[in-house]
Amino acid sequence: MTSITYGGNTYPLDKDQSVLDCLVGHGAPVPFSCRSGVCQTCLMRAVRGVPPEDSQRGLKDSLKLQNYFLACVCHPTNDLEAALPQDVVKSLPATVTALEPLNSEIMHVSLECHAPLEYRAGQFINLFREPTLGRSYSLASVPQHDEHLHLHVRRLPQGKVSGWIHEHLRIGQTVEIRGPSGDCFYVPGRPEQELVLIGTGSGLAPLYGILRDALQRGHSGPIRLFHGSRNRAGLYLTDRLRELAREYPNFDYVPCVSGEEPAPGLAAGRAHEIAFMEIPDFKDKRLFLCGHPEMVSAAKRRAFLAGAAMKDIYADPFNVNAAP
Amino acid sequence: MTEKKLADWWNESHGSLYEKLGGEAAVNAAVDIFYRKVLADPRINRFFEGVDMEKQAAKQKAFLTMAFGGPHNYTGMDMRRGHAHLVKQGLNDVHFDAVMEHLGATMKELNVPDELIAQAAAIAESTRNDVLGR
Ligand SMILES: Cc1cc2nc3c(=O)[nH]c(=O)nc-3n(C[C@H](O)[C@H](O)[C@H](O)COP(=O)(O)OP(=O)(O)OC[C@H]3O[C@@H](n4cnc5c(N)ncnc54)[C@H](O)[C@@H]3O)c2cc1C
Ligand code: HEM
Ligand code: FES
Repeated sequence: MTSITYGGNTYPLDKDQSVLDCLVGHGAPVPFSCRSGVCQTCLMRAVRGVPPEDSQRGLKDSLKLQNYFLACVCHPTNDLEAALPQDVVKSLPATVTALEPLNSEIMHVSLECHAPLEYRAGQFINLFREPTLGRSYSLASVPQHDEHLHLHVRRLPQGKVSGWIHEHLRIGQTVEIRGPSGDCFYVPGRPEQELVLIGTGSGLAPLYGILRDALQRGHSGPIRLFHGSRNRAGLYLTDRLRELAREYPNFDYVPCVSGEEPAPGLAAGRAHEIAFMEIPDFKDKRLFLCGHPEMVSAAKRRAFLAGAAMKDIYADPFNVNAAP
Repeated sequence: MTEKKLADWWNESHGSLYEKLGGEAAVNAAVDIFYRKVLADPRINRFFEGVDMEKQAAKQKAFLTMAFGGPHNYTGMDMRRGHAHLVKQGLNDVHFDAVMEHLGATMKELNVPDELIAQAAAIAESTRNDVLGR
């Protein structure tokens, strides 16, 4: 008989019973609605064992790859250990190996994990200043190529964690991180598809990771990166990105400034508006949107209305919560 | 209708519609087209501008699966509950008609024969009172 492990308990799965019915029957707080595999309310992740393909139908590729599944239509033939999406993250210590300003407000932070961390460029980790005070930062590093984790942290005025990172964190110091989380990353496959990356501010962090991941995995379709900031001083990694654009003919980099007359080589306007001007049709294109939450939600909607499939839109709004 | 599972009733009366339409593949083909029409319609888009477009899109898939006579476990009561917060925001027949319009137009765009469009429309229509909380 197949068994399902959840929250430290193992339950036998009755014949014809779904993982959802089994867990809910034992009082597990798994949310559900349609119970037929369409609404995606009952999303879970297999942390041990592989979920049947049937239970992954309709999910985004980046979720499938991480063994997410729909519990209500999951009838596994092998044992599974399942967790709710928010319960999966691991906690581990990491030591700061580099701190370098990328511009006047954004700091490159490099971390060496004390145990191997499996992640994808573009996912994020939570970094803790104190046990109950942590914030999310996206991974700009590519695990196959960069030895350490790379973050780009933008300093916010009175930012409890970002301010501390900029002012107090030192090389050699050890911090607690949790993760990785998130489904905004490059999934290999369809190498000829056009990729459009749009980011504002430190939203470049995940995009820089995703971009290099895609290039290194041999993505052959056009890749266009629109990075925006109010002024020129807010842009960063411009030389490195121009270098990549010279090296890879399929990659095109468009730095944008919205609040001042653009210097030569920069586009005038908001990054997503420039992208939509240059790319009127998003049919069959894959999109990555990161940074300012309003930009992300506006761009998501516009790209969808301009023909992008919902499954091809990957997004990380950098929500700032003024919580503890 | 409220107590009896709508699904059972549909299976009895429209057993093969879902198969005729092409099953899950048909829903997948329709969902983005349908959701795009809904979001672009100023009469109703305010109801669908949830925080998470992706979750909203998955719910539209649930709607289409129902309308296409596909497998689901929603009851009339679920429809009442699921739309009650919208009724509070003023959801009425005008909005319902708009959704019906987009359902028809989506299926037309996918070259579904008129006769099957009419069947799907009848299924959706049968939920009117539950959706509008009457
Ligand atoms: C998935 C995800 C990924 C993220 N990735 C990154 C990343 O890669 N790099 C990065 O720098 N950040 C990232 N963030 C944001 C980050 O998690 C923190 O929210 C941010 O660093 C602020 O935390 P804090 O403790 O410094 O500020 P807090 O102490 O939480 O808040 C500081 C104050 O600033 C205010 N504020 C909010 N927005 C602004 C603004 N634009 N300008 C001025 N003030 C403002 C807030 O209202 C608040 O009062 C990400 C967020 C999410 C959800
Ligand atoms: C035509 C008949 C209709 C049917 C059969 C129907 C069916 C459904 C179904 C199955 C869901 C998913 C419920 C869930 O799993 O949570 C849903 C959600 C939703 N429906 Fe309808 N619906 C109908 C009409 C409408 C109308 C007229 C509107 C508004 C104009 C509407 C707005 C919504 C919204 C906004 C949601 C998502 C609610 C949420 O976020 O929880 N529906 N509907
Ligand atoms: S409950 Fe709707 S997909 Fe599982």
